[in-house]
Amino acid sequence: MLFYLFAAIALAGGLGVVAFRNPVTSAFSLVASFLGLAALFIHLNAFLVGVLQVLVYAGAIMVLFLFIIMLLDIKSDEGPKITKLMGLGAGLLAMVFVGMLWRVTVSLKSAPLETLYPEVRSDAHEIGRLLFGEYFFPVQVVGILLLVAPIGVVVLSRRAVR
Amino acid sequence: MDFIALAISAVKIVGLVFLVIMPMVAYAVWAERRVSALIQDRVGPNRVGFQGLLQPVADGLKFILKEDFTPKNVRTGYYWLAPALTMVPALLTCAVLPFGSQLFGEPMVIANLNAGPLFIFAIASLSVYGIVLAGWASNSKYPFLGGVRSTSQMISYEISLGLSIIPVLMILGDLNLGRMVQDQSVNGWLMLPLWGDRFSLKGLLLLVPVVISFVVFTVSMFAETNRLPFDLPECETELVAGYHTEYSSMKFALFFLGEYAAMIIGSGLAVTLFFGGWSLPFGWLSWDGKADIPWWQGLIHMATFFGKVVVFILFFIWVRWSLPRFRFDQLMRLGWVFFFEIAVINIILTAGIMMLVK
Repeated sequence: MLFYLFAAIALAGGLGVVAFRNPVTSAFSLVASFLGLAALFIHLNAFLVGVLQVLVYAGAIMVLFLFIIMLLDIKSDEGPKITKLMGLGAGLLAMVFVGMLWRVTVSLKSAPLETLYPEVRSDAHEIGRLLFGEYFFPVQVVGILLLVAPIGVVVLSRRAVR
Repeated sequence: MDFIALAISAVKIVGLVFLVIMPMVAYAVWAERRVSALIQDRVGPNRVGFQGLLQPVADGLKFILKEDFTPKNVRTGYYWLAPALTMVPALLTCAVLPFGSQLFGEPMVIANLNAGPLFIFAIASLSVYGIVLAGWASNSKYPFLGGVRSTSQMISYEISLGLSIIPVLMILGDLNLGRMVQDQSVNGWLMLPLWGDRFSLKGLLLLVPVVISFVVFTVSMFAETNRLPFDLPECETELVAGYHTEYSSMKFALFFLGEYAAMIIGSGLAVTLFFGGWSLPFGWLSWDGKADIPWWQGLIHMATFFGKVVVFILFFIWVRWSLPRFRFDQLMRLGWVFFFEIAVINIILTAGIMMLVK
């Protein structure tokens, strides 16, 4: 029951992003879609993932998006004309993607989390254990990579020293 | 069975939101006016009912009966959506706050999530949409500036707010707010480790990072709820009334009430994390979550929780009428240059103490 409700919200939001011409409405549709997605994660007992989805995507990234849209006062744009070739390419790409998703979905075991992994206390513990245990080195590398990006921005946007 | 559980949840939601939080919001406004009058050596509203106690009712009636005026150049849909978007997140966050221990064998929390504090931050981070939308949809200069200020302020302080509670989570080793309070009830509050396991060298040493994180948390909470000294988004000397300049009647009241509701929830979270939630000090009537407790004890626990929240709200009001407003660049510098670093260093300090002291 709840699954269909939240799946519908997520899908309607996703549809709204591409269907609406007003950028602010599109951004809000995306937020609605994220919220639906987060609810689905929580439905799967993945509390941490669901909460982070709201906290990071809906709460921080989309606010910045909206901020930029409002500050620059972007008017609803018409967008480029879609040619037949573009439509064909997009359709093919979408079909490949759906096929891939289908293969992944049928290959998964489907059962409640508690029965699949009875030793897991909560997903926060498990994610922490994996990130800071098994995958400690990759996490550090990614962290440094992300640190390079803001330093680069600071260096590039800094005013010249006189 | 399922139906009974649903009914109990519904009773808890209605009871908490409409019988406790809403009246508390109304009387927080009354308290604000009375206490500010006290601080400024005035009388304050004391005419409606005994000591002005019926003032909130009169105010509410007035708000409902006033003309609901929508200016001509606003973006109507968003203009209507914005007040709701400030009120709803503030009320949603109270779902995971444990406002009591147990009553008739029923845990006194609406949703016993395993990611309680994170849930509160996630939902609270959505409340910025209401203010941004109000500023943008009003289609006028001052509200827009207020909305822009509010966005940058809330995003900046969310970081130090989130980082400031990490030491608490490390010490308590849990993400479930209910269990965090039970732990503090038996082993001593984080801010008052004078009994149980925490009355030891390690517990007393950990008081240093806990106090630091409490200060960072409280100040960030002031910024997040747009309270003075950080109420730049509605700073009346510069921006008329900020993001809600164009709103009238009940829509304005919703912004006002949303701010107070967020303040109450913030106080509730601070009480839960640092001052042992519903538990009495020195382990009196403590409860470890195992055996059932008699109903009178549950009632005492609930009264304790709300008593602590009221004290916290009075503190909020006291600060508001004591400190002058910051300048916007000072506010941003404070967030990014001081609190962010202090919170990060505090995490390392906590980890060091926990590792070195047995």
